[in-house]
Amino acid sequence: MSDLKAFRRSRNFFASLKITSMVALGLSLVALVSIVLFVLIRGTGNITFQLLFGRYGTSPSIWPAFLGTLLLIAVAVGAAAPIGIASAIFLSEYAERDFWLIRCLRIATETLAGIPSIVYGLFGYLVFVVACGWGYSLLGGGLTLAIMILPLIVRSTEESLLAVPMALREGSYALGAGKVRTIFAVVLPSASEGILTSLILAMGRVVSESAVLIMTVGMVVNIVPVSPLSAGTSLALDIYYFASFGYPEEASATAVVLLVFVLSLNLLAFLLARLFERKKGLHGQS
Amino acid sequence: MTEQRRFDREIGSALEKLTKMSYLAEEAIDQTMEALKTRDKALAQKVIEGDREIDRLDKEIEDQSFRILLLDQPVAGDFLRISSALKMITDLERIGDYAVDIAEEIVAFPEEPYIKEIIHLPLMGQYVIAMVHKAVRDFVNEDVASARTLDKDDDKVDALFLSIKIELIALIKQKQENADQAIIFMMIAKYLERIGDHAVNIGEWVDYSLTGTHSMS
Amino acid sequence: MDNLDWAFPSSAVEVKDLTLHYGPYEALKRVSLKAKAKELTALIGPSGCGKSTFLRSLNRMNDLIVGCKIEGQVLIGGVDIYAKKMDVSLLRKRVGMVFQKPNPFPMSIYDNIAFAPRTFGIRKKEELDAIVIASLRKASIFEEVKDRLRESALALSGGQQQRLCIARALAASPQILLLDEPTSALDPISTAKIEDLLAVLKSTVTIIIVTHNLQQAGRIADTTAFFLLGEIVESGTTEDLFRRPKDKRTENYITGRFG
Repeated sequence: MSDLKAFRRSRNFFASLKITSMVALGLSLVALVSIVLFVLIRGTGNITFQLLFGRYGTSPSIWPAFLGTLLLIAVAVGAAAPIGIASAIFLSEYAERDFWLIRCLRIATETLAGIPSIVYGLFGYLVFVVACGWGYSLLGGGLTLAIMILPLIVRSTEESLLAVPMALREGSYALGAGKVRTIFAVVLPSASEGILTSLILAMGRVVSESAVLIMTVGMVVNIVPVSPLSAGTSLALDIYYFASFGYPEEASATAVVLLVFVLSLNLLAFLLARLFERKKGLHGQS
Repeated sequence: MTEQRRFDREIGSALEKLTKMSYLAEEAIDQTMEALKTRDKALAQKVIEGDREIDRLDKEIEDQSFRILLLDQPVAGDFLRISSALKMITDLERIGDYAVDIAEEIVAFPEEPYIKEIIHLPLMGQYVIAMVHKAVRDFVNEDVASARTLDKDDDKVDALFLSIKIELIALIKQKQENADQAIIFMMIAKYLERIGDHAVNIGEWVDYSLTGTHSMS
Repeated sequence: MDNLDWAFPSSAVEVKDLTLHYGPYEALKRVSLKAKAKELTALIGPSGCGKSTFLRSLNRMNDLIVGCKIEGQVLIGGVDIYAKKMDVSLLRKRVGMVFQKPNPFPMSIYDNIAFAPRTFGIRKKEELDAIVIASLRKASIFEEVKDRLRESALALSGGQQQRLCIARALAASPQILLLDEPTSALDPISTAKIEDLLAVLKSTVTIIIVTHNLQQAGRIADTTAFFLLGEIVESGTTEDLFRRPKDKRTENYITGRFG
């Protein structure tokens, strides 16, 4: 009889575990949905054409921030992606696992990932704003962000590359292809989905950053940037500005825009993943 | 490992039946020669009925061997032994049939004294029994050298057959009435000579089972 | 890669006293074997006894393994493939390999087959088309895929993928084809299709195949070699080896009475 009792008790335990985890999930969903709803409810009403596309005169416009954000993404990803992907290729395809230099490199990358963003901001300020003499600039902000997202790109790219089965590489070598051709014709294309996804997520990171940018781009909310060396602002910074300087409606509206932007990026990542699944057959190669 | 033991058991069982079949064949020759010497028609009848058992074993061993070949796909020694067994039962079955043929002659033998005292026929019978016995023993003991001497043994049998033939021809020329019995004795001698040939065949399959080469004399 | 028409004088393989170490572990011990040109040689033996290692030594795939040391000679058509001047790329063009688990690239069927020709500089569409079709035919898979050459190779069944990998290897015009247990992961029908195509292929390409399936060796191999613990115990014509193995260890293995 005690066997049956023990069985009943363990069954109840697991059943209650199931209920507990369902409740936890529910709570998380509620939290997420609340934030989104809160922002949407507060902000959507305040979105006007002037706010989005107008000139920043007596009434605010986030057009400069929009351009600034795009420029930041271009600089950050444009700088970090080639370096990050190349580093990942080196780590995954060329490096001998236990070589001391490689381990140092890896530790360095991991450490970079752990540095607080405000410290990056300070670094960016000291190097690009002061030492380079650029003053506040989107370029400086972009480059600082590039350093910040570099470990992220290296890590995910390396993971994607390592996920490519050894069997594919062997297949390529056995056909007479050299290492370079194998990497570019077989390994990279196989990993491309993962790499692109990580780039898009890195973009999301760029868009969300504020601490770094406060210290490097200058938060110039009202002037449209004319060159990378111009000072500027980003959507996230504008939210801070609007909230701090008495434009709460505009802050909420900008938050909606930012949210839509980030959600779109994630949606793009998801759609790209779907597209790659289908496109693998039509991948014209050389 | 149980799989392997099943296979070994299967082969072992087939080979056991082969040994039993050969024993029955030897016994048939032995009994039929005894019936010839003592003119025991009841014994001859027993030989005729006993052939059913030999035929039954023939079929059983054949079925079992085919199944082993089909399902177990044996190779090397296993394959050689099973294929040899398949061929040997054909010869053993024919030997059994010849013993029956002799027994049938005995049963139908006219009720009159033998035209002469039979010495050579039982001697031939002894030789061929020994040959069959040797062939199967060599198979079990895996003795190639011994199996290869069966050919020479058969020469002795053939020599006896020739001398019997000469004797019988003389008997016929002596007295026409002798012909009835002489013909029967001639046929019995022929059956015994054929048994000897089949014993040689069995020896050749023993050679094959051990060396993988089948040489036909 | 100067002369892409370069080929071995013949496709006969001769291995002399090949010894291979993975670090301290001796995987192959003075292995010697002759594989006749345009015949099919099978390598049989228990798992982990060096058959695959031996096979990979024939197209220098073991070079990819760190800490692998080789002594002895591997001659193809009399040419020492471990000589310093041997172009490994050309070697692998002429000595193709098919692996145990099919490994098609995540590309279209066409691009998979065209991979090797493109590697060696063939760009013109007509030439590539001809090679792709011919290779698919030789691998007995053309009819099944001719209408979907642009579709992903990953959509094919396991047996089809393996034939695709054979076609892919054939597209490089190899003189020798190495196959490592090519049908062990496939169903009997796919296995039969591949055995049939190998039986035809061996008249033009020397084939060396590692197999666990003794009946397979019996069906298609002209010569069979038995590997045990990094050595070749015995080799000879398949029929002789199966009917009358000279070594007791060989007999124990092929009759399944091992260990």
